[in-house]
Amino acid sequence: MSSQTLHTGTNEHSGSSTGTPTRKTYRNRRLPAAGTVGRYAALAVAAALTLGPVLWTLSTSLRTPSESFNLPPSFLPINPDFTAYQEVFKQINVSLLVLNSALVTGLIALGQMASATLAGYAFARLDFRGRKAIFSLVLATMMVPVQVTIVPVFMLIRGMGLSDTLLALILPAIPTAFGTFLMRQYFLGLPNDFAEAAALDGAGPWRIFSSVYAPLAVPGMAIVGILAFNFHWNEFFRPLILTISEQNFTLPLGLVTLQGNLGTGSISVVLAGVILSMLPALVVFIFGQRTLREGLTAGASK
Amino acid sequence: MTTTSAAPRHTVKPPAARRSFVERWLAMIFLAPTLLGMALFTFLPIIGSLVLAFFRWDIISAPQFVGFANFASLAQDPTVRVSFLNTIVFVVVAVTLQLGIALSLASMLQARMPSWLRVFLRSTFFFPLVLSAASVSIFMRYMFNEQFGVVNWLLSLIGIPAVPWLTSPLASAAVVVLVYVWQNFGFSFLLFLGALSNIPKELHEAANLDGATGWKQFSNVTLPLISPAVLVASVMAIISALQVFDQPYVLTNGGPGDSTRTAVMVIFESAFQQLEFGEASAIGLVLTVLILAVTALQFRLSRRFVFYQ
Repeated sequence: MSSQTLHTGTNEHSGSSTGTPTRKTYRNRRLPAAGTVGRYAALAVAAALTLGPVLWTLSTSLRTPSESFNLPPSFLPINPDFTAYQEVFKQINVSLLVLNSALVTGLIALGQMASATLAGYAFARLDFRGRKAIFSLVLATMMVPVQVTIVPVFMLIRGMGLSDTLLALILPAIPTAFGTFLMRQYFLGLPNDFAEAAALDGAGPWRIFSSVYAPLAVPGMAIVGILAFNFHWNEFFRPLILTISEQNFTLPLGLVTLQGNLGTGSISVVLAGVILSMLPALVVFIFGQRTLREGLTAGASK
Repeated sequence: MTTTSAAPRHTVKPPAARRSFVERWLAMIFLAPTLLGMALFTFLPIIGSLVLAFFRWDIISAPQFVGFANFASLAQDPTVRVSFLNTIVFVVVAVTLQLGIALSLASMLQARMPSWLRVFLRSTFFFPLVLSAASVSIFMRYMFNEQFGVVNWLLSLIGIPAVPWLTSPLASAAVVVLVYVWQNFGFSFLLFLGALSNIPKELHEAANLDGATGWKQFSNVTLPLISPAVLVASVMAIISALQVFDQPYVLTNGGPGDSTRTAVMVIFESAFQQLEFGEASAIGLVLTVLILAVTALQFRLSRRFVFYQ
C-alpha cells in the first residue's frame, strides 16, 4: 500500500487507461504496473475527496466555537470538546426538531409501507378490470415533479385546515408510485403455488393475502420503508413551504435557519447540529446499506 | 376462471365466480388508500396547476383570468429567462461530471483488488447519498468561505490565491455544481457498478485474446454492453438535476445577482415570496414539459445507440 501511495502524485493521470505499457510490465509481479498504481491513486483521491468534507465537519464540530475558524484545520481534535453540542441545544430546540423529523419520517414510512403493500398486491395478484391501465396511471405520476404540484397542494392543505401542521407534510407523501411499483415486483416474484395450496384448503382471497403473502413480503416492505426514511428524513423543499412556525420545523429546515441566524458566528455549533442530524442516516447506512442499495437501483432495472 | 360458463348461471354461484367477485372488492379496498391519495395530492393538483397557470391569483383577492399572460411574461421576465438558462447549463455540466466520475470509478472497481477494499470504496462513494442536501450545503458553505474556508486554505498551500467562491458569479455556479455532483455521483456509480458486474468475464478474455485492451476494450466491448444502464443513469440524472433547489438555495440563495438562480427557485420565489401563484404554476408547467421532452428525446436517441442483449 505504502509504495503505491508514494506514487500518487506522479501517476494520477494514467488511472483511466491501462494501455500497452501495462501489458509489458505485468509479467514482472514484483513491480505493480503503472496502470494499477494510477488506478489506486485515482481511487484514493476520490475516496479522500468524498470522505474529507464529512471528516472535516465532524472534527470541526468537536472544537470549541471560538477555535472553529482556525487554519490549518486540525483533522484530529486531540481534546474533543463538546461545547458546540451543548450550545446547539441552547440555540435551537433540537429535541423538538428531532421529534418532528422522527414523527414525520416515521409516519410517512409506515403509511407508505402499508399502502404500497396493499396496492402492490392488488396489481400483482388480484384480478380486476382495468388493472393494466390503472397501474400505468400510477406509474405516470412518477414523472410529475413535486415542484409542479406544490402550489395546489399548498392551497389544498390550507383548504383542509392543515396549514402549518405536521400532517401537512405527512398526508401528501403517503401515496407512493415507486413503492407500489416495488411491492408489485416483489409479489410477482413470489411463487403462485402458495396461493393454489391455500385456495385448496378453502382460504379466500383475504386469507391468502394476510396469512400467506403478506408475511413473505416483509423484506420488500423494508426496502420501501428504508427508502421513505432516507428521502423524507433529508427532505427540505416541502417542509420549507408547508411549515411556517418553528415549532413545526423538521431538522434540515431548523439547521438552515440556525445557520442563517448565526451566520459565520460559531461554525462548530451549526456543524454539531449537522452531525446530530446525520446520525440516523448513519445507522441506516451501517445496518441497511444493502437494502437501501437494492431499493435505490430497483427503479432502474425494470 | 373460465369455468363459469360450464355451470348454469341462475343457480348457486360456482366458487370460481364468487372468488373473482370477492377479489374485485378486495382489489378496490386495497387500492383505495393509494388511488384516493393520488387523486387528491397528485391528479387534482396537476389539474389545479393547469388551470392556475391562466389566472392571476395572490390567494387574498379573487383570481383573475389572464389567458396566456403568465406564459408571455415568462418569456420576457429576465430573472425567469436567466434561471432557465442557468438550469440548462447546470444540467449539462453537472450530469456530464456525475456520469463521467461515476463510470470511471465503477470501472476502476472492476479490477482485481482485496474485497475489503472494494466494499470500503463502494460504501464510501455511496455514503453522500444518505445525507440531506441541505446539511451538505451547510457545511460546504463553510468550507468554501473565502476567508476561513478550508478549500481556500488548501489552495493557498499550492500557491493559489483566495478564490471568492460564493461571491463571484462563475465561482459560485461552480460551487453549486461541485456540491451537487459530490452528493449525487454515488447514485450513477451504483447503477454502473451493477451493470458492469453483469458483463460475463469471457467477453473480456475474448477481447484480450483479440488484442483489444485498455481504452479500445472499454469503448468497443464494455460501453456497448452497459449502454442500457448509461441511458437509465443519464435519464435519471437529468431529471433530478433539472429540479435542483436545495444546494443553490442554501449555498448562494441564487446569488450573486441571478447567477445561481434555478428554475425551481423561481417557482418557489414567485409563489411563496411574491404571491404570484399563477406565474409559479406556469413556470412549473414549462419545467414539466422540459422534463418530459428530455425523457422522450433520450429514449428516441437511444434506439440508435443503445445495444440491448
